[in-house]
Amino acid sequence: MSPVPIGVVRFPGTNCDQDVFDAVAATAGAQPVWLWHKETGLRGVRGIVLAGGFSYGDYLRAGAIARFSPIMERVIAFAKSGGPVLGICNGFQILAEAGLLPGALMRNDRLTFVCRDQPLRVDSVRSPFTASFRPGEIVRFPIAHGEGNYVADDETLDRLETAGRVVFRYVDEDGRVTAAANPNGSARSIAGIASENGMVLGLMPHPDRAMSLLVGSEDGRGVFRGLMEAAA
Amino acid sequence: MTVAMRDTPVTPDVVAAHGLRPDEYDRIVELLGREPNFTELGVFSLMWSEHCGYKYSRAWLSELPSRGPQVVQGPGENAGAVDVGDGLAVVFKMESHNHPSAVEPYQGAATGVGGILRDVFTMGARPIAMLDSLRFGNLDDPHVRYLFRHVVRGVGDYGNCVGVPTVGGEVVFDDSYAGNPLVNAMCVGLLRHEDLMRATAAGPGNPVYVLGASTGRDGIHGASKLASTELSEDSAESRPTVQIGDPFTEKLLLEATLELIASGAAVGVQDMGAAGLTSSSSEMAARGRTGIEIDVARVPRREPGMTPYEVLLSESQERMLVVARPDQETALMAIAEKWDLPCTRVGVVTPDQEWRILEDGDEVCRIPVAALVDEVPRYAREVDAPQYLAEVHARMPGPAAVAAIDPLAAIETLLSAPTIACKRWVWEQYDHTVQTHTMLGPGRADAALLLLPGTRSAIALATDGNGRYTYCDPRRGGALAVVEAARNVSCVGARPLAVTDCLNFGNPEKDAVYFQFVEAVRGIAEACRALDAPVVSGNVSFYNESPAGAIHPTPTIGMVGLLEDRDERPRGEAAGGDAVVLVGANGSHLGAGCLLSEVLGLVAGRAPDVDLEAERRHAEIVRSLIREGLASVAHDIGDGGLAVAAAEVCFGLPSGLGIALDLPAGDDSPHGALFGEDGARYLLVVPAVSLVEVRERLAATGAPWRQAGRVTDDGRIGFGAVGSRERNELQRLWEEAIETRMENLEDQR
Repeated sequence: MSPVPIGVVRFPGTNCDQDVFDAVAATAGAQPVWLWHKETGLRGVRGIVLAGGFSYGDYLRAGAIARFSPIMERVIAFAKSGGPVLGICNGFQILAEAGLLPGALMRNDRLTFVCRDQPLRVDSVRSPFTASFRPGEIVRFPIAHGEGNYVADDETLDRLETAGRVVFRYVDEDGRVTAAANPNGSARSIAGIASENGMVLGLMPHPDRAMSLLVGSEDGRGVFRGLMEAAA
Repeated sequence: MTVAMRDTPVTPDVVAAHGLRPDEYDRIVELLGREPNFTELGVFSLMWSEHCGYKYSRAWLSELPSRGPQVVQGPGENAGAVDVGDGLAVVFKMESHNHPSAVEPYQGAATGVGGILRDVFTMGARPIAMLDSLRFGNLDDPHVRYLFRHVVRGVGDYGNCVGVPTVGGEVVFDDSYAGNPLVNAMCVGLLRHEDLMRATAAGPGNPVYVLGASTGRDGIHGASKLASTELSEDSAESRPTVQIGDPFTEKLLLEATLELIASGAAVGVQDMGAAGLTSSSSEMAARGRTGIEIDVARVPRREPGMTPYEVLLSESQERMLVVARPDQETALMAIAEKWDLPCTRVGVVTPDQEWRILEDGDEVCRIPVAALVDEVPRYAREVDAPQYLAEVHARMPGPAAVAAIDPLAAIETLLSAPTIACKRWVWEQYDHTVQTHTMLGPGRADAALLLLPGTRSAIALATDGNGRYTYCDPRRGGALAVVEAARNVSCVGARPLAVTDCLNFGNPEKDAVYFQFVEAVRGIAEACRALDAPVVSGNVSFYNESPAGAIHPTPTIGMVGLLEDRDERPRGEAAGGDAVVLVGANGSHLGAGCLLSEVLGLVAGRAPDVDLEAERRHAEIVRSLIREGLASVAHDIGDGGLAVAAAEVCFGLPSGLGIALDLPAGDDSPHGALFGEDGARYLLVVPAVSLVEVRERLAATGAPWRQAGRVTDDGRIGFGAVGSRERNELQRLWEEAIETRMENLEDQR
C-alpha cells in the first residue's frame, strides 16, 4: 500500500514545520508533503497539519492574517468536505480564526509566554485523532505559547462537552483538573477540541514534540497515527 | 538639513564629539593624505571605536588560545565553529547587549538575540539553541524588577518567534549591576562542514546586495560614542538610540539566507549589525583583500531625507549584506521574492582595496579598506594591581565571625537568594522544546544537552561567569569562569570542546578596570589551555558603568561540549539507599563566596584557588563514572558549597526522597565543609549496587574523594550534626523565591 500523503502547511513564520514534517515522516504509513502558503492547490494530500509558529508574525492577533492566505482557502474547503485537519498551537489559533472550530485563543491569563511539559487528560476518543488512546488516559505533551487561553460562551462550552468534542484537558500530575494545573486560564481547562464530525482537531499542546523518549515523551505518536488512519 | 550636515566642518570640537583623540585624528589625516570630510569622520569614529575595532582589548585577546584539531573556524569571522563528528560542525558565539538593555530592556534584549542569531546563520548554520547569561541588581528594587521582567520578555519573544529553543544560561543578581544590567546572548548553530560560508567580499566585479529590512534612522548612536547633539539638533524628531527588533522579518531572513547559501548563489554574507553598512562592507572587503563600492542612494530607506552619514551608520535590524555571483541574480531574487524580502543591488566588489561610497554616483567617501580595519589604533599598557584588591582581601571576616553564623538559617537564606534560587520564572517564558532536540533543557542539569539529529551524539552547552570572584581576584575569576563551565558540561557526561567569551568590564581607560581586564583574560587563557578548550569567538563590552560605579568585572564563558554517545549520559534515577559521593577535597574556602555575600552582605577575601590539573583530572573521573553508568546524577559544587549542591541534587530526585549528608569529622566549625566554594568538586549519586566498584575506581585515581552521605526515603535533607529540614520546605523556598518577588502586582505594566 502506498503511503498516505499528509500536507504540512508552511506560512512564512511557521517554526514547527520541520518538527511536524518529522513527526509525520515517523508515522508508519504516512508521507509528509510541504504546502507553501502561497499555493492554491493541495498536491493531492489526504490529511493536513497546520503547525505551530507565528504564521505572519502575528503582531495583530495569532492566526488573524493566516486565515486569509491562498492555502487556507483550500484548507477550509478540504475540512468542509470532511478531510482530516490537525491544528497544533498556532495551527489551532488559525483554525479558530477561520471558523473551523468554535471559540478563540486569548492571551494567557498570566500574560506571559509559558513553556513546560504538560500532563493532559484524553477526555474523548470519539475523534479519529485520539482513537488509539484510552478514555481518561494521561499523556504528556510540551506546551509553548503566549496566546492559549481558550474562551467560548457557556452554551458553546456545554455543547462541546456533551458532544464529546472536548478532546484534551490540562491536568496535574495525578490527572486532576485544577486551577494550578491550568497553564493559561483556558475555560474548563480545555487544551484541545474537535469539530462536530471529529475530523478537525485543534490543540495548544505539541504532540509533534512528544515523539521520542529521548526528549521526554512519545505520547504524541498516537495523534499522528490517528491522523494517518483518518486520511487513509 | 541634509546639505548642512554633509558640509559640517570638521573642527577639533567635532572630532572630540566623535570620541576620537587628537592623535587619532592626526593618524587619520596621515592615512588619507588629507583631512576627512564629516561623513568619513563618522565612519572612522565607528570603525575605530572599541565596539568595532577592539582598540583597548585586541592586544590582550591575542593571548587567548584559538587553535586545535577541533577548530573549524577561529576568531575573526561572524562566529567560531568546531567539529562535532559525522561531518557536522557547531557554529557559536556570545555577544553582549548591555547598554541598549539598560535604556530599553525589552527591545535591547530582543535585538541582542536577533544580532547573535544573524551572526550564526550568516555562516550557513541553522540556529539550534540560544543561551542567555543575565545579570541584574537587587530584586527588591522595583526598577531592577522592571528591567528583569522586560529583558526576559524581550529575550523570550524574539527567540520564541524565530523558533530557536532557549535551552540554558544563567541569571545573577548583585548590587554592582543595578544601574547597568548585563545581557549576554549565545547562539549555537549546526551545519555540514561543506556548507560553511565566510563573510568575504571576494571576486572583483561581483555585485553587492542588501537583503532584508529597509534602513531607518534607528540605532545611529549605537556602536560609537557620538554626542547626541551632533546628530539630532537639526532632526525633526529625536529617535531612540536603541534599535527595534522584528523577529518575524528575522525568521524570513534566516530562511532566505540559508536557502541562498545552499543555492550557491552567494560568495559571502555578513550581518549588518553594529555600525551597519559601514562595518559589514569594510570588513568583508578586508577579508577578501578587495575593495568595495556602494551607492547609498540605492539602499532602501524607511524614511525620506536620510544623509549618506545616516545610511552608513544606521543600525536598523534584520539586514544582510550579500556578495553574489554575477550570473546568479535571478536565483537570488527568486529566493528573496519567495520570502517576501526586499533585495537590492547597492554596489560592486572592486580590485583596488578602496572603500568607496557614492550617493547617486557622486563620491562621498573614499578610504583605504586597511585604514578602517587594520589600522585601528591599539592601546596596551602595563598597570599595577589596584589598591582596592588588598582592601577587599583584608576585609575577610575572621573565624569567630564566621562561626557565629547559624548554618541552618544560612542554608535557608542561600536557597532563597535569587542568584541561587530556581529560575523557572525565567525559563518557562522561553520556548525550550521547539526543534525537538532538547534532551536536557533548562533546570534539568548543570548543562543543556541537545541531540544532534541523524547521529548518536549530543552536544552540551553551558554559560558561566562570576563577577564577585573576578572583582576579588581578576585572574582567578577569569579562570574560574572557564573551569565552572567545564564542570557543568562534564556533569552531563560531555567533554569540553571550545568556548566563546563575552567580556563585560567597566571603562578600560581607568587603570583598575584595565588591570581587571588584562588579568581576567590571562586567567581565561590559562584555563582554556589546560582544558584544551580554545576560544573560537567572543565579544568585549567595556564602559559598563553607571553613576554608582563600574560593574563587577564579568567575563562570561559559553562552552560547547561533545557527548559522543547520547546514551552515556546521567540517567537521573535514584532510590533510597543510593550513595552520595563527593569527588574532590572537603570544602574550606569561604572567601568571595555566597555565604559572605548573601548572609553577611560582604564582598571580601580572595576567590577560590584554581588548580587546573585537578580540574582536568576530576572532570575526567566524573565523565568516566557517568559513561559507565556508575553515577546517575552529577552536580558541580559551586555557589553556596556542598550544602546548596546537596539541596539542589535532592530537589531533582523523585518526590519523597531525601539526602543525609555526613560532614567530615574533626572540624570545629562546619561552615567551611558546608559552604566552601573550593574548585574541582562534584557531588554524585551512585546507585547502591555500584558503590563498591566506584570506591575501587576512585581509590585507584588518587584523587581526593569521600562518601558524603546517602539518599534517604524520609523526605528530609540532613546536614550532619548541624541538623535537618524537610525537603519540601527547603524546595518551596528555592522554587518560589523569584516568582514571589515577580508576582508583585504593582509592578505589572
